[in-house]
Amino acid sequence: MTARRALRIVRRAILYVAATAFTVFAVMPFYWMILTAFKTNQDLYVGATDLSHVPWIFNQRPTLEHVKLLLAHTPYLTWVENTVFIGALVVLLTLIAAVPAGYSLARLTGRWGERLGIGIFLTYLIPPTLLFIPFARVIAMLGLQNSVWALVLVYPTFTIPFCTWLMMGFFRSVPRDIEDQAMIDGYSRAAVIRKIVLPLAISGILTVVIFAFTLVMQDFVYALTFISSVGKMTVSLGVPVALVRGDVFYWGSLMAACLITSIPIAVVYNLFIDRFIAGLTAGALKG
Amino acid sequence: MAYVETRNLQKYFGDVRAVDGVDLAVAEGELIVLLGPSGCGKTTLMRMIAGLEQPTAGEIYIAGERVDEDIPPRARGIAMVFQSYALYPHKTAYDNIAFPLEALRRARSFIRDAVQKAAGMFGIGHLLGRRPRQLSGGERQRVALARAVVRSPRVFLFDEPLSNLDAKLRAVARFELKQFQRQLGTTTIYVTHDQVEAMGLGDRIAVMDRGKVRQVGSPQEVYENPADTFVATFLGSPPMNLVEWSGDTILGFRPENFLPKAVFATDDGVVSFRLRVREVEHLGASRLVYGMLEERVRTDQPVIADLPVTIRTPIAEGEVYDFAVARRALRHFDARTGLGQYDGAT
Amino acid sequence: MALRNEAPAQVATVAVFRHRTLADREDLLGRLMLAPAMAYVLLLVGAPLVLALLLSFSAATAGSLSFSWVGLRNFATIVSDPQFHSALSNTVLFTVVSQALVVILATAGAFVLDAAFVGRRLVRFLILLPWAAPVSLAAMAWTWIFDSTFSVINWTLKVAGVLHGWFYWFGDPTLAKIAIIAVHVWRTFPFATVIVLAGRASIPRDISEAAVIDGAGFWRKLFQVEMPLLLPIVTVAVLFGVVFTSTDLGIVYLLTRGGPYNSTHVLASLAFQRGILGADLGQGAAIALFLLPVLIVVAAAMLRLARRTEVGT
Repeated sequence: MTARRALRIVRRAILYVAATAFTVFAVMPFYWMILTAFKTNQDLYVGATDLSHVPWIFNQRPTLEHVKLLLAHTPYLTWVENTVFIGALVVLLTLIAAVPAGYSLARLTGRWGERLGIGIFLTYLIPPTLLFIPFARVIAMLGLQNSVWALVLVYPTFTIPFCTWLMMGFFRSVPRDIEDQAMIDGYSRAAVIRKIVLPLAISGILTVVIFAFTLVMQDFVYALTFISSVGKMTVSLGVPVALVRGDVFYWGSLMAACLITSIPIAVVYNLFIDRFIAGLTAGALKG
Repeated sequence: MAYVETRNLQKYFGDVRAVDGVDLAVAEGELIVLLGPSGCGKTTLMRMIAGLEQPTAGEIYIAGERVDEDIPPRARGIAMVFQSYALYPHKTAYDNIAFPLEALRRARSFIRDAVQKAAGMFGIGHLLGRRPRQLSGGERQRVALARAVVRSPRVFLFDEPLSNLDAKLRAVARFELKQFQRQLGTTTIYVTHDQVEAMGLGDRIAVMDRGKVRQVGSPQEVYENPADTFVATFLGSPPMNLVEWSGDTILGFRPENFLPKAVFATDDGVVSFRLRVREVEHLGASRLVYGMLEERVRTDQPVIADLPVTIRTPIAEGEVYDFAVARRALRHFDARTGLGQYDGAT
Repeated sequence: MALRNEAPAQVATVAVFRHRTLADREDLLGRLMLAPAMAYVLLLVGAPLVLALLLSFSAATAGSLSFSWVGLRNFATIVSDPQFHSALSNTVLFTVVSQALVVILATAGAFVLDAAFVGRRLVRFLILLPWAAPVSLAAMAWTWIFDSTFSVINWTLKVAGVLHGWFYWFGDPTLAKIAIIAVHVWRTFPFATVIVLAGRASIPRDISEAAVIDGAGFWRKLFQVEMPLLLPIVTVAVLFGVVFTSTDLGIVYLLTRGGPYNSTHVLASLAFQRGILGADLGQGAAIALFLLPVLIVVAAAMLRLARRTEVGT
């Protein structure tokens, strides 16, 4: 009996140690962002060779200096504006294409729709690395070099396939009987989609909005390839590339920017991750 | 002309012949039950009448008008109740019932009156503000029925609407369903795999198997004079006894007509069999006697007798008894085709 | 009955739209609704993919729009280029090592998150952070963590008495590679953990319980019951991880820019350097195309898995 209890306690202990280790590994860079963003320069720039100065804590009172500098004297807010502008347009384009396509693949196209759905999903696996070079050529032909419109055009190439797949999963989870019932109750297929299916899929659509926007925020490669003026950059390009002045890093402001941008996205993303996984698996199973 | 009619209706899913040439004629005001085992094509047939499936071939008429080619479900003037009730989860009971009327662009006051009236019919007036998930199974079923009634359809289609209810509720609901169908006089097609439901509800029953209609007739007709061996064994519990009699004939008789010979007053018009009893089950209102015929053609044919409690003849397992069937209760089937022989073959 | 008396009026109302319209035609509607997405994918994924092939056989530059066919010259150049060789082997190294670690971490992580303990939701939230944060910003945080002068890792190792010399993380090829792999692991393990977790949740409890009743111990249960059932879902996680890692440009570019001495280039970063910075689109396209076989293998594996689960369900 006691041996069994001891074993249980050991198991519990292992569990908590493992959970702590995972959490520390995952969170460490974010903790470091917080420290750096609010430490005074004096506290911050002490060489790591000085073993008496502990870098893991605030040795002086936290300061808002770096945040103020970031907001007032860097183009950070312009980049936020650019990102939101591009993100909004991309989300719009994505919804226009992916929501109807998802429904079509889930309900209207039968067996070949199933294959087409898998095909569309596979295009999501074609990475920017393979496409940024031909895109450089296409963007040049369209005269969109160094324009935010280049990104508005290119980002849907990965948001549309992915979100179409997600929407297909969400639409399949709407019971077919309900749609049949509405058609018998006097509505055309198009009216059924408008009055019954879309209201029932609203949380799925919201998920798609969040993920399309997150995917836009995640991109670095396309922005790096197409955008060269500082004033037209997105956050995820501007912060690492243009906050660095010469050889001097403004680490305080830089980490403040990373923190301010990452945390809201991470929180929202986390709220939707379960619906996201549900959509992925529902898309994979036959409805 | 019939009110709802199908002519040589077919539906193939790839190589599977779900519905394989069905001619069905439903009279105005009649309640016809499509009865058959699962996979027999009854639901597909109903969905084609509703317009939810396109036929592979054949024609469908409703009120004399051909509908299969160009009339979508919404314009066929039908109402349907699904097994799942298919209530709109994001709408209240009121909005569920009002939904078909909104499609017809009726005035708000008209809709309100019609919804109240339909809800009153099914005693759910006090539930109109609730969402489907706040309703019990029986209440959901009533909302679904009210929604079907509210648009005054030309035809009701019911797809096993009672099978999600528990047994006690089901009997009551069956009675009510029949009542209101009589009251409205609306032509009704009702799909089920439950023969008790079919016998209790149907003005006529169409028994289906493997995509074909095997027999159409009143409950009494299909029970007493089954068109073939499939219908004979599908209806009745326990099913009709079928025994090989002569080379090309199968003899059929219902267990309740298969009684100890002593019960019959005379030998006239009676056919008797030797029965070796293997098991007796006491079911309260009756006894089920399982046994083997000891007869000249074959001695190993299993049969069942269903004796009401009023017959007190003692019967012991392992013994051999004389049993008999009245000649008029015997049915003959062709051994090769399984078809019933009703033209003086007896 | 009053309800029945309304019927004629109703038929009249419906009569206007009685016949099949476009809104009823499911086949046409289906194609129409699919068209925008298909058009986008064909024009802006399909066509560029073909263009990538064409470019790799040409001497195209970013500056001019000329297009001259040079056959296999780009491929000949890169195949004899030692820097390409190191980029290719780095790509394989980073992918294989990081994904091997991710499989172990994700499986263990899923076990932890599946257990009931206080603060589980918070732990899950925190573990997911690396995946949710924009990759370029996370890479900057790591750049700062690995800074040659201020590295908090060096400080910690020194204080712990493990480190006697000094780690110049991005000045030493081996250390730089370790750093890159660490960041890849950090970034992809949350995603893999969540996928495996979802997979574990879909394993019927009674199978697991039956194994316990049959007297299977923890390890036997793990290797003979749970592992085979988890294998498909772990494979999915690995396949995604392989695609993300092998094609990633941001982490290498921001951490090391391919340095020191071009020792940490991967195919993606080399393609960017030659194709965009060096304006030699042809060569850049040729380098990037070496990723295609990997992607084809991954896609084929995904399809097989999809078909297997289809049969299973």
